[in-house]
Amino acid sequence: MTRFTINGRAVSVDAPGNTPLLWVIRDELRLTGTKFGCGIGLCGVCTVHVGGRATRSCITPLNAVAGAAVTTIEGLDPLGAHPVQKAWAALQVPQCGYCQSGQIMQAVALLKDFPAPSDQDIDAVMAGNLCRCMTYVRIRAAIKQAAAAMASKPT
Amino acid sequence: MFRRSALIVVVVIVVGVAGFALFAHRAAIAPINPPPTSAFSPELIARGEQLAGAGYCITCHTARDGKPYSGGYAINTAFGTIYSTNITPDPETGIGTWSEAAFTRAMREGVARDGAHLFPAFPYNHFTRLTDADVRALYAYFMTREPVVARAPANTVPFPLSIRALQAGWKLLFFRAGRFQPDPKRDAEWNEGAYLAQGISHCGACHTPRNVLGGEKKHARYAGADVDTWSAPPLTAANPAPVPWDAEELMAYLRTGVSALHGTVAGPMAPVVHDGLAKLPDSDVQAIATYFSTIDEAASRAASKDAAVQKALQREQLDRVRMATYDAPARLYVSACASCHYNRGTPNPLRPDLALNSAVSLPEPANLIGVVLHGVSAREGAPGIVMPAFASGFSNRDIAQIAAYLRATRTDLPPWPHLEEKVAALRGASKPPKPSSAMSGAN
Repeated sequence: MTRFTINGRAVSVDAPGNTPLLWVIRDELRLTGTKFGCGIGLCGVCTVHVGGRATRSCITPLNAVAGAAVTTIEGLDPLGAHPVQKAWAALQVPQCGYCQSGQIMQAVALLKDFPAPSDQDIDAVMAGNLCRCMTYVRIRAAIKQAAAAMASKPT
Repeated sequence: MFRRSALIVVVVIVVGVAGFALFAHRAAIAPINPPPTSAFSPELIARGEQLAGAGYCITCHTARDGKPYSGGYAINTAFGTIYSTNITPDPETGIGTWSEAAFTRAMREGVARDGAHLFPAFPYNHFTRLTDADVRALYAYFMTREPVVARAPANTVPFPLSIRALQAGWKLLFFRAGRFQPDPKRDAEWNEGAYLAQGISHCGACHTPRNVLGGEKKHARYAGADVDTWSAPPLTAANPAPVPWDAEELMAYLRTGVSALHGTVAGPMAPVVHDGLAKLPDSDVQAIATYFSTIDEAASRAASKDAAVQKALQREQLDRVRMATYDAPARLYVSACASCHYNRGTPNPLRPDLALNSAVSLPEPANLIGVVLHGVSAREGAPGIVMPAFASGFSNRDIAQIAAYLRATRTDLPPWPHLEEKVAALRGASKPPKPSSAMSGAN
Protein backbone atom coordinates (compact mmCIF):
# COMPACT_ATOMS: atom_id res chain seq x y z
CA MET A 1 0.00 0.00 0.00
CA THR A 2 1.41 3.39 -0.99
CA ARG A 3 -0.17 6.48 0.49
CA PHE A 4 0.04 9.99 -0.93
CA THR A 5 -2.31 12.83 -1.75
CA ILE A 6 -3.68 13.64 -5.17
CA ASN A 7 -5.32 17.01 -5.76
CA GLY A 8 -5.57 17.41 -2.00
CA ARG A 9 -7.29 14.05 -1.45
CA ALA A 10 -5.49 11.33 0.53
CA VAL A 11 -5.27 8.08 -1.43
CA SER A 12 -3.89 4.65 -0.74
CA VAL A 13 -2.90 2.57 -3.75
CA ASP A 14 -2.28 -1.16 -3.77
CA ALA A 15 0.08 -1.64 -6.71
CA PRO A 16 3.70 -2.76 -7.05
CA GLY A 17 6.14 -0.03 -6.01
CA ASN A 18 7.70 0.18 -9.47
CA THR A 19 4.37 0.89 -11.21
CA PRO A 20 4.64 4.17 -13.12
CA LEU A 21 2.75 6.96 -11.35
CA LEU A 22 1.00 7.75 -14.65
CA TRP A 23 -0.63 4.31 -14.76
CA VAL A 24 -1.85 4.75 -11.20
CA ILE A 25 -3.25 8.20 -11.96
CA ARG A 26 -5.12 7.07 -15.07
CA ASP A 27 -6.06 3.45 -14.38
CA GLU A 28 -6.43 3.32 -10.59
CA LEU A 29 -7.49 6.85 -9.73
CA ARG A 30 -9.37 7.38 -13.02
CA LEU A 31 -7.98 10.85 -13.63
CA THR A 32 -7.51 10.78 -17.38
CA GLY A 33 -6.57 14.40 -17.99
CA THR A 34 -2.91 13.35 -17.77
CA LYS A 35 -1.87 11.62 -20.99
CA PHE A 36 0.59 8.94 -22.02
CA GLY A 37 3.09 10.04 -24.66
CA CYS A 38 6.51 8.47 -25.07
CA GLY A 39 6.75 6.61 -21.78
CA ILE A 40 10.44 7.42 -21.35
CA GLY A 41 10.38 10.97 -20.01
CA LEU A 42 11.20 12.68 -23.29
CA CYS A 43 7.98 14.37 -24.42
CA GLY A 44 6.43 15.99 -21.35
CA VAL A 45 2.83 14.93 -22.05
CA CYS A 46 2.50 13.14 -18.70
CA THR A 47 3.70 16.11 -16.60
CA VAL A 48 2.09 16.47 -13.17
CA HIS A 49 3.24 18.30 -10.05
CA VAL A 50 4.87 16.50 -7.15
CA GLY A 51 5.42 18.82 -4.22
CA GLY A 52 4.64 21.69 -6.60
CA ARG A 53 7.42 20.74 -9.06
CA ALA A 54 6.75 19.64 -12.62
CA THR A 55 7.44 15.89 -12.77
CA ARG A 56 7.20 13.36 -15.61
CA SER A 57 4.77 10.79 -14.21
CA CYS A 58 5.49 8.08 -16.80
CA ILE A 59 8.95 7.36 -15.36
CA THR A 60 8.23 8.18 -11.72
CA PRO A 61 7.75 4.96 -9.78
CA LEU A 62 4.79 4.81 -7.43
CA ASN A 63 6.97 4.17 -4.37
CA ALA A 64 8.86 7.42 -5.02
CA VAL A 65 5.76 9.51 -4.23
CA ALA A 66 4.92 7.84 -0.91
CA GLY A 67 3.96 10.67 1.43
CA ALA A 68 4.11 13.30 -1.31
CA ALA A 69 1.48 15.69 -2.70
CA VAL A 70 0.62 15.09 -6.36
CA THR A 71 -1.39 17.56 -8.43
CA THR A 72 -2.80 16.77 -11.87
CA ILE A 73 -4.48 19.03 -14.41
CA GLU A 74 -7.82 18.25 -12.72
CA GLY A 75 -6.55 19.67 -9.43
CA LEU A 76 -4.92 22.83 -10.69
CA ASP A 77 -8.02 24.92 -10.03
CA PRO A 78 -11.44 23.81 -8.78
CA LEU A 79 -13.18 25.51 -11.73
CA GLY A 80 -10.51 24.82 -14.32
CA ALA A 81 -9.85 28.56 -14.27
CA HIS A 82 -6.21 28.87 -13.30
CA PRO A 83 -4.75 31.96 -15.04
CA VAL A 84 -2.73 29.66 -17.29
CA GLN A 85 -5.86 27.68 -18.22
CA LYS A 86 -7.75 30.92 -18.88
CA ALA A 87 -4.97 32.21 -21.13
CA TRP A 88 -4.90 28.85 -22.93
CA ALA A 89 -8.64 29.10 -23.65
CA ALA A 90 -8.52 32.79 -24.59
CA LEU A 91 -5.75 32.28 -27.13
CA GLN A 92 -7.12 28.92 -28.31
CA VAL A 93 -3.72 27.32 -27.84
CA PRO A 94 -4.62 23.64 -28.38
CA GLN A 95 -5.00 22.12 -31.80
CA CYS A 96 -5.40 18.39 -31.23
CA GLY A 97 -4.92 19.00 -27.51
CA TYR A 98 -3.16 15.79 -26.58
CA CYS A 99 -0.03 17.39 -25.10
CA GLN A 100 -1.77 20.35 -23.53
CA SER A 101 -2.31 19.20 -19.96
CA GLY A 102 1.41 18.52 -19.75
CA GLN A 103 2.19 21.88 -21.34
CA ILE A 104 -0.05 23.67 -18.83
CA MET A 105 1.42 21.86 -15.82
CA GLN A 106 4.95 22.70 -16.98
CA ALA A 107 3.96 26.33 -17.66
CA VAL A 108 2.47 26.73 -14.18
CA ALA A 109 5.73 25.48 -12.63
CA LEU A 110 7.70 27.82 -14.88
CA LEU A 111 5.66 30.86 -13.80
CA LYS A 112 6.17 29.98 -10.15
CA ASP A 113 9.95 30.25 -10.70
CA PHE A 114 9.98 33.04 -13.28
CA PRO A 115 6.88 35.23 -12.83
CA ALA A 116 7.89 37.34 -15.85
CA PRO A 117 9.66 34.90 -18.15
CA SER A 118 11.66 35.95 -21.19
CA ASP A 119 11.43 34.04 -24.47
CA GLN A 120 14.71 32.45 -23.53
CA ASP A 121 13.33 31.27 -20.17
CA ILE A 122 10.27 29.82 -21.87
CA ASP A 123 12.35 28.01 -24.47
CA ALA A 124 14.72 26.61 -21.86
CA VAL A 125 12.04 25.30 -19.53
CA MET A 126 9.42 24.22 -22.08
CA ALA A 127 11.90 22.48 -24.42
CA GLY A 128 11.06 19.09 -22.91
CA ASN A 129 7.34 19.44 -23.74
CA LEU A 130 6.73 18.47 -27.35
CA CYS A 131 3.73 19.49 -29.44
CA ARG A 132 3.33 17.67 -32.74
CA CYS A 133 0.78 20.25 -33.91
CA MET A 134 3.45 22.93 -33.52
CA THR A 135 1.43 25.22 -31.26
CA TYR A 136 4.65 26.54 -29.73
CA VAL A 137 4.05 30.12 -30.80
CA ARG A 138 0.63 30.21 -29.13
CA ILE A 139 2.04 28.41 -26.04
CA ARG A 140 4.64 31.14 -25.65
CA ALA A 141 2.00 33.89 -26.07
CA ALA A 142 -0.34 32.23 -23.56
CA ILE A 143 2.43 31.90 -20.98
CA LYS A 144 3.11 35.63 -21.30
CA GLN A 145 -0.57 36.49 -21.08
CA ALA A 146 -0.94 34.34 -17.97
CA ALA A 147 2.16 35.95 -16.47
CA ALA A 148 0.64 39.39 -17.03
CA ALA A 149 -2.68 38.32 -15.55
CA MET A 150 -1.00 36.79 -12.50
CA ALA A 151 1.14 39.90 -11.99
CA SER A 152 -1.85 42.23 -11.95
CA LYS A 153 -3.89 39.95 -9.70
CA PRO A 154 -1.74 37.82 -7.42
CA THR A 155 -3.31 34.41 -6.90
CA MET B 1 68.64 -33.00 15.50
CA PHE B 2 65.74 -32.94 13.07
CA ARG B 3 63.39 -34.34 15.68
CA ARG B 4 64.51 -31.69 18.08
CA SER B 5 63.85 -28.84 15.60
CA ALA B 6 60.45 -30.27 14.76
CA LEU B 7 59.64 -30.44 18.43
CA ILE B 8 60.60 -26.80 18.87
CA VAL B 9 58.42 -25.81 15.91
CA VAL B 10 55.48 -27.73 17.31
CA VAL B 11 55.98 -26.21 20.77
CA VAL B 12 56.18 -22.71 19.30
CA ILE B 13 52.98 -23.27 17.32
CA VAL B 14 51.13 -24.72 20.28
CA VAL B 15 52.28 -21.96 22.58
CA GLY B 16 51.45 -19.36 19.92
CA VAL B 17 47.95 -20.67 19.34
CA ALA B 18 47.33 -21.04 23.06
CA GLY B 19 48.69 -17.57 23.70
CA PHE B 20 46.52 -16.07 20.95
CA ALA B 21 43.48 -17.95 22.24
CA LEU B 22 44.16 -16.56 25.69
CA PHE B 23 44.67 -13.08 24.24
CA ALA B 24 41.52 -13.29 22.13
CA HIS B 25 39.35 -14.76 24.84
CA ARG B 26 36.60 -12.62 26.27
CA ALA B 27 34.41 -13.95 29.06
CA ALA B 28 30.65 -14.08 28.71
CA ILE B 29 28.78 -11.55 30.81
CA ALA B 30 25.99 -13.17 32.81
CA PRO B 31 22.53 -12.83 31.24
CA ILE B 32 19.92 -10.75 33.03
CA ASN B 33 16.16 -10.61 32.94
CA PRO B 34 15.09 -7.78 30.61
CA PRO B 35 14.70 -4.66 32.77
CA PRO B 36 11.25 -3.01 32.89
CA THR B 37 10.74 0.35 31.18
CA SER B 38 10.37 1.90 34.63
CA ALA B 39 14.04 1.14 35.25
CA PHE B 40 14.97 4.09 33.03
CA SER B 41 14.05 7.76 33.35
CA PRO B 42 12.12 9.32 30.46
CA GLU B 43 14.89 11.93 30.08
CA LEU B 44 17.50 9.22 29.65
CA ILE B 45 15.38 7.41 27.06
CA ALA B 46 14.81 10.69 25.21
CA ARG B 47 18.55 11.37 25.09
CA GLY B 48 19.07 7.81 23.86
CA GLU B 49 16.54 8.39 21.08
CA GLN B 50 18.49 11.44 19.92
CA LEU B 51 21.74 9.53 19.95
CA ALA B 52 20.23 6.54 18.14
CA GLY B 53 19.15 9.06 15.51
CA ALA B 54 22.62 10.61 15.37
CA GLY B 55 24.02 7.12 14.78
CA TYR B 56 21.18 6.26 12.34
CA CYS B 57 21.19 2.85 14.00
CA ILE B 58 17.81 2.09 12.44
CA THR B 59 19.27 2.20 8.93
CA CYS B 60 21.57 -0.79 9.35
CA HIS B 61 19.65 -2.58 12.09
CA THR B 62 16.40 -2.87 10.12
CA ALA B 63 15.89 -5.17 7.14
CA ARG B 64 13.77 -4.14 4.18
CA ASP B 65 10.17 -4.48 5.39
CA GLY B 66 11.49 -5.44 8.83
CA LYS B 67 10.40 -4.07 12.19
CA PRO B 68 12.56 -1.24 13.56
CA TYR B 69 15.87 -2.42 15.05
CA SER B 70 15.08 -6.10 14.51
CA GLY B 71 18.19 -6.62 12.35
CA GLY B 72 18.74 -8.76 9.27
CA TYR B 73 19.93 -5.95 7.02
CA ALA B 74 22.58 -7.21 4.60
CA ILE B 75 25.90 -5.36 4.67
CA ASN B 76 28.03 -6.32 1.68
CA THR B 77 31.74 -6.35 2.48
CA ALA B 78 34.79 -7.55 0.61
CA PHE B 79 34.79 -10.51 2.99
CA GLY B 80 31.18 -11.63 2.51
CA THR B 81 27.73 -10.51 3.54
CA ILE B 82 27.23 -9.63 7.18
CA TYR B 83 23.68 -9.40 8.49
CA SER B 84 22.97 -6.87 11.20
CA THR B 85 21.71 -8.18 14.51
CA ASN B 86 18.43 -7.71 16.32
CA ILE B 87 18.95 -4.97 18.94
CA THR B 88 15.42 -4.99 20.33
CA PRO B 89 15.15 -6.32 23.89
CA ASP B 90 13.83 -9.75 22.88
CA PRO B 91 15.61 -12.14 25.28
CA GLU B 92 16.05 -14.97 22.75
CA THR B 93 16.93 -13.22 19.49
CA GLY B 94 17.72 -9.66 20.58
CA ILE B 95 19.64 -8.06 23.42
CA GLY B 96 17.05 -8.54 26.17
CA THR B 97 19.47 -10.45 28.40
CA TRP B 98 22.30 -7.95 27.98
CA SER B 99 23.24 -6.03 31.08
CA GLU B 100 24.40 -2.44 30.75
CA ALA B 101 27.95 -3.73 31.21
CA ALA B 102 27.51 -6.11 28.26
CA PHE B 103 26.04 -3.35 26.07
CA THR B 104 28.86 -0.99 27.03
CA ARG B 105 31.49 -3.62 26.18
CA ALA B 106 29.90 -4.16 22.76
CA MET B 107 29.89 -0.43 22.05
CA ARG B 108 33.42 0.17 23.27
CA GLU B 109 35.29 -3.04 22.50
CA GLY B 110 33.18 -4.78 19.86
CA VAL B 111 32.45 -7.87 21.95
CA ALA B 112 29.03 -9.52 22.26
CA ARG B 113 27.53 -10.49 25.60
CA ASP B 114 28.58 -14.11 25.13
CA GLY B 115 32.19 -13.05 24.61
CA ALA B 116 32.29 -13.37 20.79
CA HIS B 117 34.20 -10.68 18.93
CA LEU B 118 31.98 -8.58 16.65
CA PHE B 119 32.89 -7.81 13.06
CA PRO B 120 33.85 -4.17 12.44
CA ALA B 121 30.84 -3.76 10.13
CA PHE B 122 29.52 -2.62 13.50
CA PRO B 123 31.46 0.64 13.88
CA TYR B 124 32.55 0.13 17.48
CA ASN B 125 35.82 1.83 16.54
CA HIS B 126 33.73 5.04 16.54
CA PHE B 127 31.31 4.18 19.34
CA THR B 128 34.25 3.63 21.71
CA ARG B 129 34.54 7.44 21.79
CA LEU B 130 31.14 7.85 23.53
CA THR B 131 30.84 9.10 27.11
CA ASP B 132 29.50 6.85 29.85
CA ALA B 133 26.34 8.96 30.02
CA ASP B 134 25.65 8.60 26.30
CA VAL B 135 26.22 4.83 26.27
CA ARG B 136 23.83 4.56 29.22
CA ALA B 137 21.23 6.65 27.35
CA LEU B 138 21.47 4.41 24.27
CA TYR B 139 21.10 1.34 26.47
CA ALA B 140 17.99 2.88 28.06
CA TYR B 141 16.55 3.63 24.62
CA PHE B 142 17.10 0.18 23.12
CA MET B 143 15.97 -1.72 26.22
CA THR B 144 12.66 0.16 26.11
CA ARG B 145 11.87 -0.60 22.43
CA GLU B 146 9.23 -3.13 21.47
CA PRO B 147 10.84 -6.59 21.62
CA VAL B 148 10.78 -8.32 18.25
CA VAL B 149 11.46 -12.01 17.68
CA ALA B 150 13.73 -12.03 14.64
CA ARG B 151 16.84 -14.01 13.91
CA ALA B 152 19.26 -12.64 11.32
CA PRO B 153 20.34 -14.93 8.46
CA ALA B 154 23.78 -16.50 8.82
CA ASN B 155 26.69 -14.37 7.62
CA THR B 156 28.46 -15.52 4.47
CA VAL B 157 31.97 -14.65 5.66
CA PRO B 158 34.02 -17.70 4.64
CA PHE B 159 36.14 -19.88 6.92
CA PRO B 160 38.69 -19.10 8.36
CA LEU B 161 37.74 -15.38 8.39
CA SER B 162 34.54 -16.41 10.13
CA ILE B 163 36.54 -17.40 13.23
CA ARG B 164 35.51 -14.71 15.67
CA ALA B 165 38.70 -14.96 17.71
CA LEU B 166 40.70 -13.72 14.70
CA GLN B 167 38.96 -10.39 15.16
CA ALA B 168 41.15 -9.90 18.21
CA GLY B 169 44.08 -9.72 15.79
CA TRP B 170 42.22 -7.18 13.63
CA LYS B 171 41.62 -5.08 16.70
CA LEU B 172 45.27 -5.29 17.65
CA LEU B 173 46.17 -3.89 14.22
CA PHE B 174 43.45 -1.31 13.61
CA PHE B 175 41.49 -0.55 16.76
CA ARG B 176 42.26 1.68 19.71
CA ALA B 177 39.64 1.85 22.41
CA GLY B 178 39.21 5.14 24.22
CA ARG B 179 36.88 8.03 24.92
CA PHE B 180 36.76 11.23 22.88
CA GLN B 181 39.44 13.72 23.89
CA PRO B 182 38.37 17.33 23.33
CA ASP B 183 40.80 19.65 21.58
CA PRO B 184 41.50 22.47 24.06
CA LYS B 185 42.46 24.78 21.19
CA ARG B 186 38.92 24.61 19.80
CA ASP B 187 35.68 25.96 21.23
CA ALA B 188 32.87 23.95 22.79
CA GLU B 189 30.75 23.86 19.61
CA TRP B 190 33.59 22.47 17.49
CA ASN B 191 34.36 19.85 20.11
CA GLU B 192 30.69 18.83 20.33
CA GLY B 193 30.67 18.45 16.53
CA ALA B 194 33.90 16.45 16.58
CA TYR B 195 32.53 14.24 19.37
CA LEU B 196 29.35 13.47 17.41
CA ALA B 197 31.08 13.05 14.01
CA GLN B 198 33.91 10.85 15.27
CA GLY B 199 31.72 8.97 17.73
CA ILE B 200 28.06 8.16 17.36
CA SER B 201 27.63 9.50 13.80
CA HIS B 202 30.68 7.47 12.64
CA CYS B 203 31.10 9.63 9.50
CA GLY B 204 34.49 8.06 8.82
CA ALA B 205 32.92 4.62 8.46
CA CYS B 206 31.88 5.62 4.93
CA HIS B 207 33.95 8.73 4.14
CA THR B 208 37.36 7.34 5.16
CA PRO B 209 38.97 4.84 2.77
CA ARG B 210 39.77 1.39 4.15
CA ASN B 211 42.85 -0.78 3.75
CA VAL B 212 42.78 -4.33 2.32
CA LEU B 213 41.83 -5.75 5.70
CA GLY B 214 38.96 -3.30 6.12
CA GLY B 215 40.62 -0.96 8.63
CA GLU B 216 40.01 2.77 8.22
CA LYS B 217 43.20 4.42 6.92
CA LYS B 218 44.29 6.69 9.75
CA HIS B 219 46.30 8.99 7.51
CA ALA B 220 43.51 9.48 5.00
CA ARG B 221 40.71 10.42 7.33
CA TYR B 222 37.60 11.65 5.44
CA ALA B 223 39.44 11.36 2.11
CA GLY B 224 36.38 9.78 0.45
CA ALA B 225 35.63 6.14 -0.39
CA ASP B 226 33.37 3.89 -2.43
CA VAL B 227 30.42 2.49 -0.52
CA ASP B 228 28.37 -0.17 -2.26
CA THR B 229 27.52 1.45 -5.60
CA TRP B 230 27.97 5.02 -4.39
CA SER B 231 30.88 7.40 -3.82
CA ALA B 232 31.18 8.85 -0.33
CA PRO B 233 32.81 12.17 -1.29
CA PRO B 234 35.93 13.51 0.41
CA LEU B 235 35.05 15.74 3.37
CA THR B 236 38.48 17.38 3.25
CA ALA B 237 39.84 20.29 1.21
CA ALA B 238 40.21 17.72 -1.59
CA ASN B 239 36.43 17.82 -2.14
CA PRO B 240 36.05 18.93 -5.77
CA ALA B 241 32.71 20.77 -5.46
CA PRO B 242 32.99 24.17 -7.19
CA VAL B 243 31.77 26.00 -4.07
CA PRO B 244 33.35 25.09 -0.73
CA TRP B 245 31.20 23.33 1.82
CA ASP B 246 31.10 25.98 4.54
CA ALA B 247 29.23 25.71 7.83
CA GLU B 248 26.10 27.32 6.36
CA GLU B 249 25.89 24.89 3.41
CA LEU B 250 26.71 21.89 5.60
CA MET B 251 24.00 22.91 8.06
CA ALA B 252 21.39 23.26 5.30
CA TYR B 253 22.38 19.90 3.81
CA LEU B 254 22.53 17.97 7.07
CA ARG B 255 19.39 19.57 8.51
CA THR B 256 17.04 19.75 5.51
CA GLY B 257 18.65 17.40 2.99
CA VAL B 258 19.24 20.23 0.53
CA SER B 259 22.06 22.65 -0.12
CA ALA B 260 21.27 25.14 -2.88
CA LEU B 261 24.96 25.28 -3.79
CA HIS B 262 25.67 21.52 -3.77
CA GLY B 263 22.57 19.43 -4.24
CA THR B 264 20.42 17.05 -2.22
CA VAL B 265 21.04 13.96 -0.14
CA ALA B 266 20.67 10.76 -2.15
CA GLY B 267 21.67 7.12 -1.93
CA PRO B 268 22.94 5.97 1.46
CA MET B 269 23.22 9.58 2.69
CA ALA B 270 19.44 10.12 2.47
CA PRO B 271 18.52 8.01 5.53
CA VAL B 272 21.49 9.46 7.44
CA VAL B 273 19.89 12.90 7.21
CA HIS B 274 16.15 12.17 7.05
CA ASP B 275 15.88 9.19 9.42
CA GLY B 276 18.93 9.85 11.57
CA LEU B 277 20.25 13.34 12.13
CA ALA B 278 16.63 14.57 11.99
CA LYS B 279 16.36 13.43 15.63
CA LEU B 280 19.09 15.85 16.76
CA PRO B 281 18.43 19.44 17.86
CA ASP B 282 19.64 22.23 15.56
CA SER B 283 22.53 23.00 17.88
CA ASP B 284 24.03 19.51 17.47
CA VAL B 285 23.70 19.51 13.67
CA GLN B 286 25.22 22.99 13.63
CA ALA B 287 28.13 21.65 15.70
CA ILE B 288 28.75 18.87 13.15
CA ALA B 289 28.61 21.46 10.36
CA THR B 290 31.11 23.68 12.20
CA TYR B 291 33.46 20.74 12.70
CA PHE B 292 33.47 19.71 9.04
CA SER B 293 33.81 23.30 7.83
CA THR B 294 37.25 23.24 9.47
CA ILE B 295 38.10 19.76 8.15
CA ASP B 296 37.56 20.97 4.57
CA GLU B 297 39.16 24.37 5.25
CA ALA B 298 36.15 26.19 3.81
CA ALA B 299 37.26 29.49 5.34
CA SER B 300 40.39 29.61 3.20
CA ARG B 301 38.25 29.45 0.02
CA ALA B 302 35.36 31.63 1.19
CA ALA B 303 36.40 34.61 -0.91
CA SER B 304 35.84 32.68 -4.14
CA LYS B 305 32.32 31.54 -3.27
CA ASP B 306 30.22 34.15 -5.11
CA ALA B 307 32.42 34.09 -8.19
CA ALA B 308 32.19 30.29 -8.30
CA VAL B 309 28.39 30.44 -8.11
CA GLN B 310 28.14 33.00 -10.89
CA LYS B 311 30.55 31.08 -13.10
CA ALA B 312 28.52 27.93 -12.58
CA LEU B 313 25.24 29.63 -13.42
CA GLN B 314 26.69 30.85 -16.70
CA ARG B 315 27.39 27.32 -17.84
CA GLU B 316 23.85 26.47 -18.88
CA GLN B 317 24.24 29.02 -21.70
CA LEU B 318 26.27 26.28 -23.35
CA ASP B 319 23.08 24.28 -23.85
CA ARG B 320 21.83 26.90 -26.33
CA VAL B 321 25.16 26.94 -28.16
CA ARG B 322 25.24 23.16 -28.44
CA MET B 323 21.56 22.92 -29.37
CA ALA B 324 22.12 25.28 -32.28
CA THR B 325 24.53 22.75 -33.78
CA TYR B 326 22.07 19.86 -33.40
CA ASP B 327 24.43 18.22 -30.93
CA ALA B 328 22.73 14.93 -29.96
CA PRO B 329 23.80 14.75 -26.31
CA ALA B 330 22.72 18.37 -25.83
CA ARG B 331 19.28 17.58 -27.27
CA LEU B 332 18.97 14.56 -25.02
CA TYR B 333 19.98 16.58 -21.98
CA VAL B 334 17.69 19.50 -22.76
CA SER B 335 14.69 17.24 -23.45
CA ALA B 336 15.13 14.99 -20.44
CA CYS B 337 16.69 17.16 -17.77
CA ALA B 338 16.56 20.90 -18.46
CA SER B 339 12.83 21.30 -17.83
CA CYS B 340 13.63 20.85 -14.13
CA HIS B 341 17.32 21.70 -13.83
CA TYR B 342 17.11 25.33 -14.89
CA ASN B 343 18.33 28.37 -13.04
CA ARG B 344 18.80 32.07 -13.44
CA GLY B 345 20.39 34.57 -11.09
CA THR B 346 20.28 32.55 -7.89
CA PRO B 347 20.33 28.77 -7.64
CA ASN B 348 17.01 27.32 -6.51
CA PRO B 349 17.57 24.44 -4.08
CA LEU B 350 14.58 22.57 -5.48
CA ARG B 351 16.06 22.44 -8.98
CA PRO B 352 19.65 21.50 -8.23
CA ASP B 353 22.02 23.35 -10.51
CA LEU B 354 24.14 20.70 -12.15
CA ALA B 355 27.15 22.98 -12.56
CA LEU B 356 27.21 23.26 -8.77
CA ASN B 357 26.19 19.71 -7.98
CA SER B 358 28.84 17.61 -6.26
CA ALA B 359 27.91 14.48 -8.22
CA VAL B 360 29.10 16.07 -11.49
CA SER B 361 32.48 17.09 -10.02
CA LEU B 362 33.45 13.89 -8.23
CA PRO B 363 36.26 11.74 -9.65
CA GLU B 364 33.80 8.86 -10.11
CA PRO B 365 30.44 9.17 -11.94
CA ALA B 366 28.70 6.64 -9.65
CA ASN B 367 26.50 9.11 -7.79
CA LEU B 368 25.33 10.90 -10.94
CA ILE B 369 24.57 7.62 -12.71
CA GLY B 370 22.83 6.20 -9.64
CA VAL B 371 20.53 9.19 -9.36
CA VAL B 372 19.71 9.23 -13.09
CA LEU B 373 18.96 5.48 -13.07
CA HIS B 374 16.88 5.32 -9.93
CA GLY B 375 15.69 8.87 -9.39
CA VAL B 376 15.23 10.48 -6.00
CA SER B 377 12.06 9.67 -4.07
CA ALA B 378 9.95 12.12 -2.08
CA ARG B 379 11.46 10.93 1.20
CA GLU B 380 15.06 11.31 0.05
CA GLY B 381 16.60 14.49 -1.31
CA ALA B 382 14.39 17.52 -0.76
CA PRO B 383 11.38 16.13 1.13
CA GLY B 384 8.23 15.92 -0.98
CA ILE B 385 10.04 16.51 -4.29
CA VAL B 386 10.75 13.74 -6.77
CA MET B 387 13.25 13.10 -9.51
CA PRO B 388 11.96 10.46 -11.93
CA ALA B 389 13.91 7.25 -12.57
CA PHE B 390 15.36 7.01 -16.07
CA ALA B 391 16.43 3.35 -15.86
CA SER B 392 13.39 2.02 -17.72
CA GLY B 393 13.40 4.52 -20.57
CA PHE B 394 17.06 5.28 -21.22
CA SER B 395 19.72 2.97 -22.57
CA ASN B 396 23.17 2.73 -21.04
CA ARG B 397 24.39 4.80 -23.96
CA ASP B 398 21.78 7.54 -23.35
CA ILE B 399 22.76 7.89 -19.71
CA ALA B 400 26.47 7.78 -20.56
CA GLN B 401 25.89 10.58 -23.09
CA ILE B 402 24.11 12.75 -20.55
CA ALA B 403 26.82 12.17 -17.94
CA ALA B 404 29.56 12.97 -20.46
CA TYR B 405 27.69 16.06 -21.63
CA LEU B 406 27.34 17.39 -18.09
CA ARG B 407 30.97 16.66 -17.28
CA ALA B 408 32.05 18.56 -20.40
CA THR B 409 29.72 21.55 -20.13
CA ARG B 410 29.35 21.93 -16.35
CA THR B 411 32.94 21.40 -15.20
CA ASP B 412 36.51 21.98 -16.35
CA LEU B 413 37.44 18.51 -15.15
CA PRO B 414 38.71 15.63 -17.32
CA PRO B 415 36.08 13.37 -18.89
CA TRP B 416 35.00 10.23 -17.06
CA PRO B 417 36.37 7.16 -18.88
CA HIS B 418 34.33 4.02 -19.73
CA LEU B 419 31.01 5.66 -18.90
CA GLU B 420 28.78 3.26 -20.79
CA GLU B 421 30.34 0.25 -19.07
CA LYS B 422 29.93 1.95 -15.71
CA VAL B 423 26.25 2.63 -16.37
CA ALA B 424 25.79 -1.00 -17.36
CA ALA B 425 27.50 -2.20 -14.19
CA LEU B 426 25.50 0.13 -11.96
CA ARG B 427 22.24 -0.73 -13.66
CA GLY B 428 22.84 -4.35 -12.77
CA ALA B 429 24.25 -3.85 -9.33
CA SER B 430 22.62 -0.90 -7.68
CA LYS B 431 19.42 -1.40 -5.82
CA PRO B 432 16.85 1.30 -5.36
CA PRO B 433 17.11 2.56 -1.78
CA LYS B 434 15.02 0.67 0.70
CA PRO B 435 11.86 2.39 1.85
CA SER B 436 12.47 4.63 4.80
CA SER B 437 11.15 3.20 8.02
CA ALA B 438 10.50 6.66 9.38
CA MET B 439 7.85 7.49 6.80
CA SER B 440 4.33 6.25 7.22
CA GLY B 441 3.61 6.68 3.52
CA ALA B 442 4.89 3.29 2.46
CA ASN B 443 5.15 -0.09 3.98
